[in-house]
Amino acid sequence: MFGLLAAMGGLPASTNFGFLGMSLGLGLVGAGLLSSMLHLGHPERAWRAFSQWKTSWLSREGVVSVISFVPALGFFYLWVFEGVDHSKIVILGWLTAIFAVLTVYCTAMIYRSLLPIHQWANGWTVPSYLTMGLAGGAVFIVLLYGVLEIPYSMSTFYAIGALGVAWAVKARYWYFVDNSKSASTAETATGLGAIGKVRSFEAPHTEDNYLLKEMGFRVGRKHGNKLRRYANVLAFLLPILFLSVVEQTTGYLSLVFSFLAVSSFVFGAITERWLFFAQARHTVTLYY
Amino acid sequence: MTDLPAQTMTKLGLVIDLDICVGCHACAVNCKEWNAGGHMAPLTDLNPYGKGQDGVWFNRIHTYEAVPESGDGCAQTVHFPRSCLHCENAACVTVCPTGASFKRDEDGIVLVDESRCIGCKLCSWACPYGAREFDQDAGVMKKCTLCIDRIYNENLEEVDRVPACVSTCPVSARHFGDLGDPNSDVSKLVKARSGYDLMPELGYKPTNKYLPPRPRSKAASQLPFAPVINALPSNDQPLLQWVDKFLSR
Repeated sequence: MFGLLAAMGGLPASTNFGFLGMSLGLGLVGAGLLSSMLHLGHPERAWRAFSQWKTSWLSREGVVSVISFVPALGFFYLWVFEGVDHSKIVILGWLTAIFAVLTVYCTAMIYRSLLPIHQWANGWTVPSYLTMGLAGGAVFIVLLYGVLEIPYSMSTFYAIGALGVAWAVKARYWYFVDNSKSASTAETATGLGAIGKVRSFEAPHTEDNYLLKEMGFRVGRKHGNKLRRYANVLAFLLPILFLSVVEQTTGYLSLVFSFLAVSSFVFGAITERWLFFAQARHTVTLYY
Repeated sequence: MTDLPAQTMTKLGLVIDLDICVGCHACAVNCKEWNAGGHMAPLTDLNPYGKGQDGVWFNRIHTYEAVPESGDGCAQTVHFPRSCLHCENAACVTVCPTGASFKRDEDGIVLVDESRCIGCKLCSWACPYGAREFDQDAGVMKKCTLCIDRIYNENLEEVDRVPACVSTCPVSARHFGDLGDPNSDVSKLVKARSGYDLMPELGYKPTNKYLPPRPRSKAASQLPFAPVINALPSNDQPLLQWVDKFLSR
């Protein structure tokens, strides 16, 4: 987001803003990378994941996210120590923005490319990740403006617009998920469709195995509709309302509402992302 | 490394005959027995004697019931062994970020190099067939090796150089061979019995093939469902027929 602002010449000249904003942004990215390592079976071998960028979107995500630190840190340095009236900052701004978008694109493609999951391998996954990312950045910027007492100018409008677009895309994604079916069925999974309707008669094991624990998501699926309502309200509706209040007020009150908008969005985005996993139906479940 | 070979010299794989599989789980048990000390060893079991047992198995034996929707014809119970199909388009290999997953040029077997695996589990998500199971204890992904430590093992008698699941099957429902060679016994079997791919719509091109259950005769579906115990004596039981007649007066 900062990169785009710089490219459009709208970057605030505030050194504090640069320092706080970039620290927050890079801190969150760093925390994300570290937490993604924590769930690995062998975190100490994580460096190997940079090697297979030729075929693996997960590897590409790793490579691009680390490369993006180069223009981002350069941008950070220029902004904080040399000010915004700089031709170089526009170039670095563009590069930072491009790599940020590319990273989110790679993340989305990890899911988009998994054919066994109908709810991921469709055309709405990537737009949904990208618009959610942009909306998140835009909402955070409003809060930073508030904290550092910089005039909001157009930032609340951009944030409301970005939330609206992300909401529309997500609604379209949910519509697609509700109104389309995977080509795979228990009949194609077993090849017994020629005889008739296939139903599991006896399970291969009496306790849950790795597959059912990893891909079952029973709780999330059971409460899917409720979670979707929460996501709609928390990630989109409330932040838009709160930001409208920010737009109409000044000082302390607007700061409180920009904080509320960010908090609501964060909880909503977490709900939305969990739902994305919970409602994913892997073809392996057809065997059970 | 995670590039798939354009072509492999042979396509080693299994042909599983659903017509004669009796669902005894011997293949799964012998697989576990051999591989617990084989290439991918150990196949960790967690809490094996308590509640909530969990463990890594390369074979899972399901049983399905297929019921004709028209109501015409015989419903069938089918035992269905499920294991790695060593696909030509093995997405479990291409998604691997470290190169730990690979498909061999020489025989098309899909393997995991445990020393490179970071345990991200993405390969198990990329597999539509649930062939890969994570070893929580070792922190790496495990999978069927098609018993590479048996099929090329010169310490074994030639007749035993087949995967453990094939050698143990008491009804010979499992066959092993080169499915890339149209003249191999397994290829001929697939041709003769119209062997098929699982979930062909996903385009993974599995090497392993399944042979469909033979159709049951129409007569079988039209048998009366009255319990056999209520049937009356037939003509070859004259004495019982006479008793029945006498008592029916």
